[in-house]
Amino acid sequence: MYTFSSKLKIVAIVLIILGALGVTYGFMTSHKSLDEVKEMIAHEADGHHGGEDVATIEADTASDGHDSSSESGHADTGEHHGDEHAEHVMHQIHNRPYAALYVAAFFFFMIALGALAFYGIQWAAQAGWSPVLFRVMEAITYYVLPGGLIVLAIGFVADSHIFIWMDPDVVAHDELIQGKSGWLNKTGWLIRGLIFLGGWSFYRWISRKYSIAQDTAEDKKNFVKTFRWSAGFLVFYIYTESMMSWDWIMSVDPHWFSTLFGWYVFASMFVSGITVIALITMYLKSRGHLPFVNDSHLHDLAKFMFAISIFWTYLWFSQFMLIWYSNIPEEVTYFVTRFQDYQLPFLGMVAMNFIFPLLILMNSDYKRIPWFVVMAGIVILCGHYIDVFNMIMPATVGDRWFIGIPEISSIMLFAGLFIFIVFTALTKAPLLAKGNPFIKESEHFHY
Amino acid sequence: MEASKVIHAIYTDDDVLMAAVKKVKSEKHHIEEVYTPFPVHGLDKAMGLAPTRIAIASFMYGCVGLTVAILMMNFIMIEDWPQNIGGKPSFSYLENMPAFVPIMFELTVFFAAHLMVITFYLRSRMWPFKEAENPDPRTTDDHFLMEIAVHGNEKELTSLLKETGAVEVNLIDKEH
Repeated sequence: MYTFSSKLKIVAIVLIILGALGVTYGFMTSHKSLDEVKEMIAHEADGHHGGEDVATIEADTASDGHDSSSESGHADTGEHHGDEHAEHVMHQIHNRPYAALYVAAFFFFMIALGALAFYGIQWAAQAGWSPVLFRVMEAITYYVLPGGLIVLAIGFVADSHIFIWMDPDVVAHDELIQGKSGWLNKTGWLIRGLIFLGGWSFYRWISRKYSIAQDTAEDKKNFVKTFRWSAGFLVFYIYTESMMSWDWIMSVDPHWFSTLFGWYVFASMFVSGITVIALITMYLKSRGHLPFVNDSHLHDLAKFMFAISIFWTYLWFSQFMLIWYSNIPEEVTYFVTRFQDYQLPFLGMVAMNFIFPLLILMNSDYKRIPWFVVMAGIVILCGHYIDVFNMIMPATVGDRWFIGIPEISSIMLFAGLFIFIVFTALTKAPLLAKGNPFIKESEHFHY
Repeated sequence: MEASKVIHAIYTDDDVLMAAVKKVKSEKHHIEEVYTPFPVHGLDKAMGLAPTRIAIASFMYGCVGLTVAILMMNFIMIEDWPQNIGGKPSFSYLENMPAFVPIMFELTVFFAAHLMVITFYLRSRMWPFKEAENPDPRTTDDHFLMEIAVHGNEKELTSLLKETGAVEVNLIDKEH
């Protein structure tokens, strides 16, 4: 049995405390009044903007749904327009700590959900190489329920700070959102979220139960049952994951939609989940807790990291190219905002999620060297955090983004919580699923 | 120096063959070649063969394919006959680049895959109408053959090979 080392526990708790302090600080400093914001904008204009101000306003109005009520504002005088701009900026500044918290919460939740999908696939495929890693995967999936509830709670409390369609005022002036209100309403959003989480947690709970029972069982009944539940779960998962991505992410831009968005989010969560499985496996192995894990298991995990990174790029590009080519105004605005205001994170993410893992993990020998895989893994995780950041931030804070105290403390808060929950879960069962019928094959796995 | 006399040891199981290869290697005999009806995992490592360099060749072929795609699309779509498709800027490769990415990807894969196969055939000295180098047709069916050079130690070798589970051990004079 593994024991949660006190050193790591302290690290997790310190991360939670520091993160919570930073998040509180973020909320306290974001309450700027309209006058303060006006002064700030005037200051910025003096500094470097000059004549560009009007252009920025235009871009702001075009880029998201926040200004749907401002149609009449265009005809008014310049001063009036300035007022509206200041109010818009004020809202963006108010939104920032909510959005920062939401991005980090979703990022860590998606790691756990990605690991759960990977785990389900191992069972459904009756994979022979991976059963030695099952207990690590099971521990990571413990975070699905708490992490998911936190994401839902943040969304519920933040309300129109993140989801503009939750503001009745906006909906009243927006025919497009009115047309979608059968799906996009707060009650439905919450009920759907609870159904998704309920289904995923149920599979997590039942597969874990059978996996533990199989350790001491004499026959293969538990194994067969898990196999069936896993196949069913994967069908449920791919539908609900897609709907979850519309609800929890795509709806922050309620006018915009993309049909492969669910796949795109899936690729992100899958690669993050696999990367974290690899990182935790390597950590535990380096401490001598996983003597049965060999280089070939690491090699296979790294192959998955490499392959799914390319899969992610394929979907990212497919989504971009079709919208870029057809150039339909209500679609292309999504990428216009990202190229104008988010150029560094948007293109930097492609380097981190595609070019870096492509070049680092291409060589088969490097996939067996732990520090190489750790390096690639850390870059991939940062890249996918930025991916989520790019999905949420443009609609909530516009060009007022920065990766500062609110963002970094949110990451620390949820990283600490994630470590605490996952490593506590690791102590609850032996680290080798010794009853699994494939365990011998897995222990002898070599390539 | 290539030995003129070799021993052919024939096995009927890949696990037995693997164990035999390890045993023969540990007794410091040189295995010239092993003929198998299907790829046996880990055999190359057990025989002590140098790792393959086909991956490096493949990477370079991929780079060639990518370069060809870029130059080709630049010539066809930008320089020679600029075409306005969907109102996209037709005088700049860079601004039109997203449209060319699928072609860049496909040609990278095409060059890497085809040239890699051709390289593999050439390196294995295989071409159309070539006579098979296979010493025993049974190795294309269900037998495994290990070829070991003899340097006046055939008695010792024969008994060693029999011990490892060979169903047949033949001394072959290659000069004939």
